[in-house]
Amino acid sequence: MYNSDGTAIRLDGLGKRFVVRTRAGLVRRERRTVTAVDDVSFSVQPGEMIGYLGPNGAGKSTTIKMITGILNPSDGGVEVLGLRPTADRTTLARRIGVVFGQRSQLWWDLPLIDSLDLLRHVYRIEAARHRANLDAFVDRLDLGPFLATPVRQLSLGQRMRGELTAALLHDPSLVVLDEPTIGLDVVSKFAMRDFLAETNRERGTTVLLTTHDLDDVEELCERMLVIDRGRLLLDGTVAAFKAEHGTERTLVVDLEEPAERIAVEGAVATDVDGRRQWLRFDRRHTTAAELVAAVTAQHPVRDLSIEEPDIEDLIRRVYQSTDGESRPTSADQRRPP
Amino acid sequence: MASVVTEAASTGGGLLGSLGLYRRLVAARISGQWQYRTSFVLFLVGQAAVTGFDLIALLFTMRLVPDLGGWTTSEVVLLYALATVPFGVTDTLVSPIERLSHYVQTGEFDRLLLRPASAMLQLAALEFELRRAGKALPALGALVWVVAMVDVVWTPARIGALVAALLFGSVIYTALWILASSISFWATAAREATNALTYGGQTASQYPHHLYRPWLRLFLGWAFPLAFVAYVPTQHLTDAANPLGLSSWLIYLTPLVAAGALAVAAAVWRQGILHYTSTGS
Repeated sequence: MYNSDGTAIRLDGLGKRFVVRTRAGLVRRERRTVTAVDDVSFSVQPGEMIGYLGPNGAGKSTTIKMITGILNPSDGGVEVLGLRPTADRTTLARRIGVVFGQRSQLWWDLPLIDSLDLLRHVYRIEAARHRANLDAFVDRLDLGPFLATPVRQLSLGQRMRGELTAALLHDPSLVVLDEPTIGLDVVSKFAMRDFLAETNRERGTTVLLTTHDLDDVEELCERMLVIDRGRLLLDGTVAAFKAEHGTERTLVVDLEEPAERIAVEGAVATDVDGRRQWLRFDRRHTTAAELVAAVTAQHPVRDLSIEEPDIEDLIRRVYQSTDGESRPTSADQRRPP
Repeated sequence: MASVVTEAASTGGGLLGSLGLYRRLVAARISGQWQYRTSFVLFLVGQAAVTGFDLIALLFTMRLVPDLGGWTTSEVVLLYALATVPFGVTDTLVSPIERLSHYVQTGEFDRLLLRPASAMLQLAALEFELRRAGKALPALGALVWVVAMVDVVWTPARIGALVAALLFGSVIYTALWILASSISFWATAAREATNALTYGGQTASQYPHHLYRPWLRLFLGWAFPLAFVAYVPTQHLTDAANPLGLSSWLIYLTPLVAAGALAVAAAVWRQGILHYTSTGS
């Protein structure tokens, strides 16, 4: 069921190199080797929920593809649920569920329910178990109103709920989700997170999640991995990461009238543009509410918003605080588009 | 009783389970496409026209010349039918895998690899198009007609040989489709190359083999054994001229040749999947 050492996923110095051919002149082509994933090692215990973060082109999807058996590693080893992903691909496929935000597992022209029925045959799920699971998912994800709707007519939120059901119908021990919340509205995003948390809790499903969205990780995962330019930068708890890196926010205020750079305690005005000002603050020292009160006491305010630090920013900071100087800085380590 | 059988087919492993899955995926594909009925009918007619015109052109040619490389009209029509009926069958059942080109280019092939079923079976089913069956219709008509017209006494042995020719011809074309589609694992946008091989192979099989130059004969007839699809069986069934002096026992090699071609094609396909999984999309 699991790996010999009891882990659900084990990566051992995993690496993936691609040979890229580019046109150089009329006929001549240049071969270049691009390292997409470089010496990545980590283990995931059964029942864990892990967030795998990194900017675009960092190697997240390449890692996921090696874990699910779509790509064969160039270096190192990978073991998933006691199997070698590429060699034992179909056996592994029966025991994992995969949601790729950008790709559908559903039949575009058919009603959602028909896709879910077909998957019973693809995964050879017993009829009784399939019915029980389907009933539970329909109830929990509120699929009822659009079960009979062709998939191409579903909203993204509805479709993603369908994708999630499709990935979990066969009771996989491991679910891998690649950017599952990308483009989702807030309600669907919350529904998806709740559902994942519940599945993990009740069925003991191991969950590996790649995302841009730090909130996904905060809400769901205790542990997170950060990858950049193919290398693992960080493997630790979300709490520790946030305490160290994710404490700064920016309050954006639109004043009624243009004003001088605002000076309030606990915040720095980083930018002024007409009536709009950006105030950076650290939430360990002050709260957004205190800051808003202080600003409105000085100026009439028309509108307010808070900018969370984006993951790219945070990773840049992690990158600076770790081994930034020892790693190549040119873009040639990045994955080709 | 019927439901028990379906149940076993859909949850059991092995070939039976695969066929059950194939049947369901094809049924889903047809019901999805049924929304585009008019285009279905038009395409079906178009496909029938493609092979129908081949036949008409052949018949016209035969009015202008007394014979084709020593072969009479009915021998040439039998050759045409034996080359085209199996092609129509594989064009319907197997050719959907040529869509591999699209799947590899867009990375959609990933999705097939994530499912616990053969990628080839999934492709054949997911891209199935009933309207392609139109191709076999004129050829089927020609076959019925020529079997009645040709100067052959249809003994049970000859009927058996005819059925075997259709069967093994389909197997050889299947191997050709698999081999030609596999190109897409190595080269992007290779669909044209694939079609040149498959449709080219079919066209080449429609004419008496000895008309071709030796190098073409070697390549399309024996290296890729398309001569066994129609040329060798037609010669076996009729008294058609034999300028190449082929041995009469050649026909008995057909099962072996078909199995060999299929084995080679399957091996190339497997190598292709390995190549895909080591290069990514």
